Amino acid sequence: MRALVWHGKEDIRCDSVTDPEIQDGRDIIVKVTSCAICGSDLHLFHNLIPAMLPGDVMGHETMGEVVETGRGLNGKVKKGDRVVVPFTIVCGECDQCKRGYFSVCQRSNRKKHLADKVFGHTTAGLFGYTHLTGGYPGGQAEYLRVPFADATVQKVPDGIPDEKLLFLSDIFPTGWQAAVQADIQPTDTVAIWGCGPVGQMAIRSAILLGAEQVVAIDHLPERLEMAEAGGAITINFDDENVVERLNELTEGEGPEKCIDCIGMESHVTPSMPDTVYDRAKQIVLAESDRPHVLREMIYVCRPGGLISIPGVYGGFADKIPMGAAMNKGLTFRMGQTHVQRWTADLLRRIEEEQIDPSFVITHEVPLDKGPEMYRMFRDKQDSCIKVVLKP
Amino acid sequence: MMNMSSIASLSNITRSEGDPKVIQSGPSSRGIPDSLARGLGWFSLGLGFTELLAPGRITRALGMEGKEALVRAYGVREIGSGILSLSVDKQLGLWSRVAGDGLDIATVMTALRSDNPKRDNVVVALALLLGITAVDVIDAQATTARHSRGAGRRRSYQDRSGFPRGVKASRGAARDFKTPPDLKHAPPLAAVSKRVPAA
Repeated sequence: MRALVWHGKEDIRCDSVTDPEIQDGRDIIVKVTSCAICGSDLHLFHNLIPAMLPGDVMGHETMGEVVETGRGLNGKVKKGDRVVVPFTIVCGECDQCKRGYFSVCQRSNRKKHLADKVFGHTTAGLFGYTHLTGGYPGGQAEYLRVPFADATVQKVPDGIPDEKLLFLSDIFPTGWQAAVQADIQPTDTVAIWGCGPVGQMAIRSAILLGAEQVVAIDHLPERLEMAEAGGAITINFDDENVVERLNELTEGEGPEKCIDCIGMESHVTPSMPDTVYDRAKQIVLAESDRPHVLREMIYVCRPGGLISIPGVYGGFADKIPMGAAMNKGLTFRMGQTHVQRWTADLLRRIEEEQIDPSFVITHEVPLDKGPEMYRMFRDKQDSCIKVVLKP
Repeated sequence: MMNMSSIASLSNITRSEGDPKVIQSGPSSRGIPDSLARGLGWFSLGLGFTELLAPGRITRALGMEGKEALVRAYGVREIGSGILSLSVDKQLGLWSRVAGDGLDIATVMTALRSDNPKRDNVVVALALLLGITAVDVIDAQATTARHSRGAGRRRSYQDRSGFPRGVKASRGAARDFKTPPDLKHAPPLAAVSKRVPAA
């Protein structure tokens, strides 16, 4: 089959690879009908997250049709089922899964010993996201093996196009969890840093959950325009001072809820000197993450407020103003998304037409154009916000 | 020399029996300018460490004895350019190499004196410098063009609300959602956060 394969920094290729095979009774093989490039794939593209190996298949936003099943599924998933494959692989049986903390499933990471060493304790297995999270081949491919399939996949009905359902695999639940864990109230101002795909979903989620004001921060005109279309007040940090503008919008009090949809690769610009400092340290391997957004959120957030972090951080970040965070009594909530906790509810909201997540797709191309699309997405050319690949 | 495909084959020892393994590789997302930038980056590192660790050999070869400290400083500069050229900010690295080429040429030109017994070496060094400068300029231009956002048409997304019923009707449409107890935060501040007018 064909698959997008990681060969090194900025080196993704559409390779011919062997087909995946059933390895366990709870496995299925999915014939991929649609998959997408995620913003967090760019951290791998830049080789900023350790434990990728040449030959690893990329991708963790996938859906398709079940074409093969293991013998231990007891009819819970069948050949011919149409499924969305969440990026988190979950056993559904461990204590963490039972309480809905699926992204820290205790059993699905088959390279648990690595995660134990690096994180202290293992987290869930993820598709196409380094050997720290299991080294599972990803879904930017024609076929995907899904372990623990009965607990992992979300069955979806026929009659709704892939484009509306695909993002149940990651960015929609990720934006939703970012808003839900902020416990949004009708009187809240919610500030969202980053208007990439997750930021766009967080904006829509905050609107659906009834925030009084949603403020979106970015500097790319097309992304700000999309954010505005979704109901956000926008701040272009090239033109305005973010802290001053947020205080102005909140009568000097600061937003109650701040959401970081950027993560470890904040934009670098001389007008924000800490970003240049972070980039310099990152280049010489003295720091892995660029946490400008975290610093800004801690500074501007209202005392007693909440900081929600769906953006991916990979390792070590410094100059985090913990003094301000501690003295302001801020609450931090973060983590990979517990996708399976939200998918059934979000599927209903799509079916009821509360939201149509396909609004975010800007490019839809065949799988073999994937390597070029990685570059275009990273370089933000042609107003690219979200790429869907068709194997 | 081991190529990337053979490294991918080697890494197969970490994969399970039924996991996909590379049979044949396709074209890379890395273009020719990117690959050339990597080559120039490694070249910078090699030259930089040579200048830093063995400046005497360079100054003697060019009849520039006494300039060892300057060569060491250039070595540090070259290493910086190399690191940048190998990073995702390769354009910066390449343009810093072009600037460095200018400095190198100006410095070597000072040794092009008629009384310099190593004048022939200086001529060769200048020819090499001019050649590498041309490569640096071409690659810096190509890489900058390849990775810039460009002046192409900007698409309009003003109709992409994502809400089939419109933004106004959608605000609060999911208020039926009950926040799970583990994700509750402190009660809203609104009732007490209104500013009290100054007396």
